[in-house]
Parts: sequence; C-alpha cells; structure tokens
Amino acid sequence: MPASPLRKSLHAQVSGFADPASLISMKLLSLVAVVGCLLVPTAEANKSSEDIRCKCICPPYRNISGHIYNQNVSQKDCNCLHVVEPMPVPGHDVEAYCLLCECRYEERSTTTIKVIIVIYLSVVGALLLYMAFLMLVDPLIRKPDAYTEQLHNEEENEDARSMAAATASLGGPRANTVLERVEGAQQRWKLQVQEQRKTVFDRHKMLS
Amino acid sequence: MVNAGAMSGSGNLMDFLDEPFPDVGTYEDFHTIDWLREKSRDTDRHRKITSKSKESIWEFIKSLLDAWSGWVVMLLIGLLAGTLAGVIDLAVDWMTDLKEGVCLSAFWYSHEQCCWTSNETTFEDRDKCPLWQKWSELLVNQSEGASAYILNYLMYILWALLFAFLAVSLVRVFAPYACGSGIPEIKTILSGFIIRGYLGKWTLLIKTVTLVLVVSSGLSLGKEGPLVHVACCCGNFFSSLFSKYSKNEGKRREVLSAAAAAGVSVAFGAPIGGVLFSLEEVSYYFPLKTLWRSFFAALVAAFTLRSINPFGNSRLVLFYVEYHTPWYMAELFPFILLGVFGGLWGTLFIRCNIAWCRRRKTTRLGKYPVLEVIVVTAITAIIAYPNPYTRQSTSELISELFNDCGALESSQLCDYINDPNMTRPVDDIPDRPAGVGVYTAMWQLALALIFKIVVTIFTFGMKIPSGLFIPSMAVGAIAGRMVGIGVEQLAYHHHDWIIFRNWCRPGADCVTPGLYAMVGAAACLGGVTRMTVSLVVIMFELTGGLEYIVPLMAAAVTSKWVADAFGKEGIYEAHIHLNGYPFLDVKDEFTHRTLATDVMRPRRGEPPLSVLTQDSMTVEDVEMLIKETDYNGFPVVVSRDSERLIGFAQRRELILAIKNARQRQEGIVSNSIMYFTEEPPELPANSPHPLKLRRILNLSPFTVTDHTPMETVVDIFRKLGLRQCLVTRSGRLLGIITKKDVLRHMAQMANQDPESIMFN
Repeated sequence: MPASPLRKSLHAQVSGFADPASLISMKLLSLVAVVGCLLVPTAEANKSSEDIRCKCICPPYRNISGHIYNQNVSQKDCNCLHVVEPMPVPGHDVEAYCLLCECRYEERSTTTIKVIIVIYLSVVGALLLYMAFLMLVDPLIRKPDAYTEQLHNEEENEDARSMAAATASLGGPRANTVLERVEGAQQRWKLQVQEQRKTVFDRHKMLS
Repeated sequence: MVNAGAMSGSGNLMDFLDEPFPDVGTYEDFHTIDWLREKSRDTDRHRKITSKSKESIWEFIKSLLDAWSGWVVMLLIGLLAGTLAGVIDLAVDWMTDLKEGVCLSAFWYSHEQCCWTSNETTFEDRDKCPLWQKWSELLVNQSEGASAYILNYLMYILWALLFAFLAVSLVRVFAPYACGSGIPEIKTILSGFIIRGYLGKWTLLIKTVTLVLVVSSGLSLGKEGPLVHVACCCGNFFSSLFSKYSKNEGKRREVLSAAAAAGVSVAFGAPIGGVLFSLEEVSYYFPLKTLWRSFFAALVAAFTLRSINPFGNSRLVLFYVEYHTPWYMAELFPFILLGVFGGLWGTLFIRCNIAWCRRRKTTRLGKYPVLEVIVVTAITAIIAYPNPYTRQSTSELISELFNDCGALESSQLCDYINDPNMTRPVDDIPDRPAGVGVYTAMWQLALALIFKIVVTIFTFGMKIPSGLFIPSMAVGAIAGRMVGIGVEQLAYHHHDWIIFRNWCRPGADCVTPGLYAMVGAAACLGGVTRMTVSLVVIMFELTGGLEYIVPLMAAAVTSKWVADAFGKEGIYEAHIHLNGYPFLDVKDEFTHRTLATDVMRPRRGEPPLSVLTQDSMTVEDVEMLIKETDYNGFPVVVSRDSERLIGFAQRRELILAIKNARQRQEGIVSNSIMYFTEEPPELPANSPHPLKLRRILNLSPFTVTDHTPMETVVDIFRKLGLRQCLVTRSGRLLGIITKKDVLRHMAQMANQDPESIMFN
C-alpha cells in the first residue's frame, strides 16, 4: 500500500520518536525544561527569610577571638556596622576592627533545591523500577515467546534475524490496537539497546 | 472493519509507533555523509523558499520563520543545557555530602545549605552545626573516637559503591552509548560520521542521571566532557523538531557545534572559552555563521545556569577566584617549570591510559565492566578517605587550592604564623612563615598528587560517563600550589638573595601561591588535551582577571611544546585512533611523496573495479552485483570497452530505486535494461520496458588523475569532506579512492596498523 506523502514526511520527521520509552524520556525532559524555565521567576519571587543573609567574617583581633555573624538584612545594609552585633570592641576601635572584617551578601532559593532534588530522585527511582521490570518481570510475561528465548543462545546473526522476524510478525498484519503498537515499538527499542550493548561491551568496537 | 474505521482518526497520531521506513537521502549507521550533497540540498531548499516567498504574505512569513528557526534552536539549546547543568550541579552538591552525613531538618540540603541559617558556626569550625550529623552520630551517637571514624569510613565506602554500581547498571541496561567522555565520538560525528543513537534521548537522560551518580561517588573524574555530550544531545533533540535541520545532516552539524560550545560554557562558566573550545577541539567545519550562533547559545546557557544559581552566590563555577595581586617577571621561571611538568604529565597520562584502554579492549579485563567499576571505586574510596584533600570532592579541592590565604581563611593550608600586632586589611597580608599546618598540608598534598596521578589513569575510559578536565586541573593545582608555597617560603626566608631583592621586600605581599595553582592547572590541562587559545581563555574567564594572561600563556605554550616533543596526539585524538574511528584530522600533515595510483583500488592482483554501464546492464545483473559486493557506490561508465566515466551511483539509492520500480512501475522485470542516459537505448521490439535511473546518478563525481600527489588528494578529502574520489587516466576510469583508503594509507605511512581502521 503506497504511503501518502504526508505520512512519509511525518515518518521522516518523527522517526526518532519511535519508542514509548523515548516518549517517557521526552516527557521527563520537557518536564525538566519547563520546571527549569519556571524556576527562574520563582527564584526571583520567593525570597523568604530563610533565603537571604549577610555573612560577616571577623578574624581574631588583639584578645578577641574570630567570629562569624549572620543576619537577615538587605543588600544595602550588608556591612560590618549593621551586622556585627553586639560589637565586641569599644567605639574608637570599631573602624579598625571593621576594616578587618569581610561581609558578603548571599542568597539562595530553597524551593529550587527542594524541587530539583525531588525530581532527580523520582527520575532515578522510576529508572530503577523500569530496570527491575525489564530484568525480572518482562521475561516472565514473555514466556509464550519461548522460542525466541532459545534462539538467544545462537549466533548473533541468527539471533538478529529471528528477532527481526519476531518483530516483523508482530508488525506484519498492521497491528491495530495501541497496546500492540507499543509492544512493537518497545521491542524495537530493546533491539537497538541490545545492538548498542554488543558494540560497546562485547565487541569493544566503540568507546573502548 | 468498524474498528479500522474508528481507529483511522487516531491512527495518524499513533503512526510514530510504527517502524519508520528509510528515506531516500538518509544515511545508514556507521557511514560517512556526503557534505557536498547536503550543502547543495540546503541551497536548493533555501532557493525554493526564497522564490516562493514572493508569492503571498503567508509564504513570506514562512520564509521569515525558516530564517529565524536557527536562532530559536540556539535559544532552546541554551535553555535546556543550562537547566540540565544546574540540575547536575545541585544534585552533585547534595549527593557528595550524602556520603558523609545527612541534614536532619530537610534531607535534601547539602552540608553547606544545612548550616546556612545556623548560629552555631564558629570561626575555627565553619562547618559545624547541630542540624547536620555525620553517619556515626546518627547511627551510634558518637562523633569522636576510633569507632566513629571507622563507621564513617565504612559508610563512605558503601555510599560510593552504591552510587557507582547504580551508575554502571543504568548505563548497561538503558544506554550503553552513555559511557566515556563523549568528546572523541562527537569529534568523529562532527567530521561527518553517523552514529545512530549516540545523541539520542535515552543517551541524554542516562548520561545526565549517571553523571551525577559517578561524580558523587568520589571517583577521580570530571563532568565537563560529559556535559559537552549532554549539550550535543540537546542540540540533536531540538534540531529534529525543525525539518530544516532534521533532514539535512550538514546543517545539523552546525547546530551540534554550537551546542558543544554551550556545553563547555556551562561547565566552566566561560562562554567565550566554550566557543573557542568548540572551534579548536570539537568542530570540523566552523563557518562564521556558526561562530555567532554558538556564542548566542553559550550566553543563553550561562545565563540560564546563573538564574538557577546552584552555588548560592550567583557564580557559575565553584572555583571562581577574584584576586588581583600582581605577579613579577622573575616568577616566570617557576611558571615555565610548571609548564614542563604539565607537558610531562600529559605525555605520561596519555601513554599509560591508552595502554590500559588497549588492554581493556583486547584481554579478559574487558569482559567484566561492572566488576571493574566497583573495584576501582572501592580502591579510590579506601585510599581517598584518610587524606582530607582527597576525601572532599575534586572541585572543592581545586577551589581551596586556587584561593589566596587572607586573614579570614581557617583551613590548614593557610596556617601561617601571624604577627599578632598586624593590622593590615584583609587583602594585603604580607608573606609570612609557614606554620605547622602548612607543613602537614604539604606532605598530604604530595600524597594526594601521587594518588590522583595513578588513579585517573585507570578511571578514564571505564564504562561510566567520565571526563578528565577536573582531574587534570587538580593534579596541576596541587603541583602548582606546592611550588608556590615553596617559592613563597624561599622568598620570605632568603629575601636578601639577588633574585628576590629587587621585587620582594620584607613586609610585602609578593608571592601568591593560588596563582601558581592556577598556572599549574592550566599547564596540566594543556598537556593532556593540547588546547591552546581556548585553554587560556577558559582559565582567565574562570579567574576573572586579565592580568594573569601572560603566566597562563607561558605555561600553556611550554606544556604544549614539551608534550608535542613526545607525541603529536592529544588524549582525544589518541582515543580516536584507539577506537579506529574514520576521522581525517585537519591537524595532521601529510608529507609523503606517494601518488594516487599507490592508494587507489583495485590494486594489482585484486579483482577489477565493479562498474555499471550506462545502458547495457539488466536489472538482474545489477542486483547480482549489489548482492555479491558490499561497496557503497559504483561508478557508471559508457561501456566496458571505453571506460569513460559518466557519474557515480550510491548503493543505497540503487537498492531503493530498484525496489520501488519493481513494486510500482509497469513492466519492470529482471531482464529490463537499466539505463542512465536521457533517452532510452535502442531495443528490439519485444524486450521488456527499460528502467530509467538517471535521477539517482551523481553526474559530477570528483576525479583526480593517477599522478596526483597524495598530499593534494588528502587535502581535497579534508577540505571538501569527500567520501570517495575516482581516479582516471586520459579520461578513462582506473580506480577509486575512498576515505577509508586514505586513512589506512596515512596509518601505514605512520607505521601504525592499517587494519585498525574499522567500521567496514
């Protein structure tokens, strides 16, 4: 059946999107990108009291030991006179003492940190679950296709051909339901990863 | 039937789940693209759009959108690369501290973030606060003593092993292409090679996730090289959304060059350095248009990273320093010595690392990648924990070494003997004699130096994402700081020697050991990667001071000269040769006096050249020829007697055209004549319908005569990006030279093994 030009161009354009797992990864990526772009305004907007500080470090002076002072002031008030309280030296020494101190204004965004760490941990958790599924549950589900499992122990070209035949038989009669198409796409992705694994880990042809 | 009708509406949406069939004009995996054809296709497309834009307003708007799509792609790449770099930095910050303890108020805070609002921090112990507890305090409620130390040690090793094991498992199961640095493969891709899946979405996801894990596990590797790979994956992803870039491999590589610049920009906080790195190290062709667009992408990426603000102080890199103490002419001598050290270390590292990687490739060591990663992590963690300089993350170590010792520093490295009556301001402390802490720090640093030199050789190249900028800079920074402290103490104790008398008076701040650390870092990085301009620009963008350009340049130039004396290849070129990628380096000079006849195929004793004739072969003959040989293309000649060249036909297009013709055209059978001329040949009356294939014929293949010197041929291949070149004599076709033949010939001339050029 000749494919229409529209479908052909659609295929060519989205041929990289050919597996459901890459759908998931695409969604994750776009989620990260969207969150990142949203974090920029939230980082500006959310200046809770926990998020800004002026930190003054004063070294040892005469018989006074070194000390660090933290206070929650704005940037224009971030200097020794406003932050160092109580002042350990009498009035005429304050200027000499303050010359030694260094004050820095710092801000951070706790929401950014929390969101990013939680997203990262959930991505790692999802990947671990999927890995457990692929390695433990999937072989049990695919028991009916045991003949392809046997052929796994054959040489690689026979293996590739049998897998190709399996996927061709899967996609042969124009699988109609969404589930069967997802299955086919997942099989193709697994084949790709297996090929990559052979190239890198077994034959050491790349990335040695 | 009803089902099919009902599904047909949503069928179009689900089409991407079906297997895509190959387009005419796409390339197969592990093949080289035809740069000239891509360029001419892009010119055609542009001409078509320009001519249509005069027709209506809508077409004009479409032409504007097409022109602006390049900038939109750069903007998107910058945003995503900056976001991912921010995520990586924050996650690494947290997970590195997770090896030592945890924050009780909110588990997602790193050590510094946990103690941010605390009032318990003192001048001597700035890291102490009750909310952050080490594992020994949490588990057995003890913070001092031998059992606490051993428990912390054990937890450190366990966390490191867990992170490394997770990383290598994820790489193995989901994306095996995510291991290694990525820069050698990206260099090969940008020179025109196709590696499908190397810049895919799964590789992007796994590389980002596992990069955080391996950097947090304390292994001696960096994240700069993998960040270039991540940025190129982003570039590939966004360019596939626009047909201008997704259908044209040449244009796509322009986007990838710019994406590589964005990657280095967020790794170092150096946009200009990133562009120069892309120009010097990574890209093959770098037109001026790419320069401006790369700079835009690098700036957007740096700005995005700064908005996320991962280090809490609006700085892009952890080791940004900002002092401006001057340096003196006499200090050029130790700087040049550091350059020599950098060059020597670079040579040592390249030779040892390549030998180890070759062993991994060819012996049984390569069969146990997961075990290898675990063993190396265990050794690294066991040796690194006792020494405080290797226990902390390498970026923090470099930051500490780069920093100048003011009155406010309380680290061991700054334990100088202070004059109690001194009242000078913080940034003008004169040279002081070293205290006990400095001497302890010196021998600890010496041990750290040896450890880092040895362990990085075994770490780079394992099956996990690994970069080597940070370890090289660490080695150089340690060496530089030690030399700097030595010079400083020498100047203090012997200030009456001639060399010091002119510029170093007692009570003045002459020697800045932090500057020596920077120069050492630049020297070692230059010795390993053989970067020149981009290295100096990255280093001075890191430091924020232009007054240190001369010392940095002196060290970089010296290290490159010393390293080049031992071997011409940097680490990335060496890995390209080790893997046998078909990369024709623009930096190699071909100085041998061979001719094209010496390299062309067929040689003496080989079967003759497989050619197609212009109108005397049948479809069956051609199919037999295609099945028996595996050449990528066939020259087309007038006839077997005259052998005058008409053009060149690609194998892939022949196969597709024949398949299409058999399926769709009327009367095409195995005995049909295949012709490449404009008019069909004269045929007897009842012969089957002939097949015209002129449209797949390249009528302008590149030819050289048989006496063309190979120097010229190599130059043509490099400058035009050819895949093959035909050799003629007196107008008659003699043979063919492919890019692989050129590479094998160059390897043979350099006494390397020509059979190591792989990928058929």
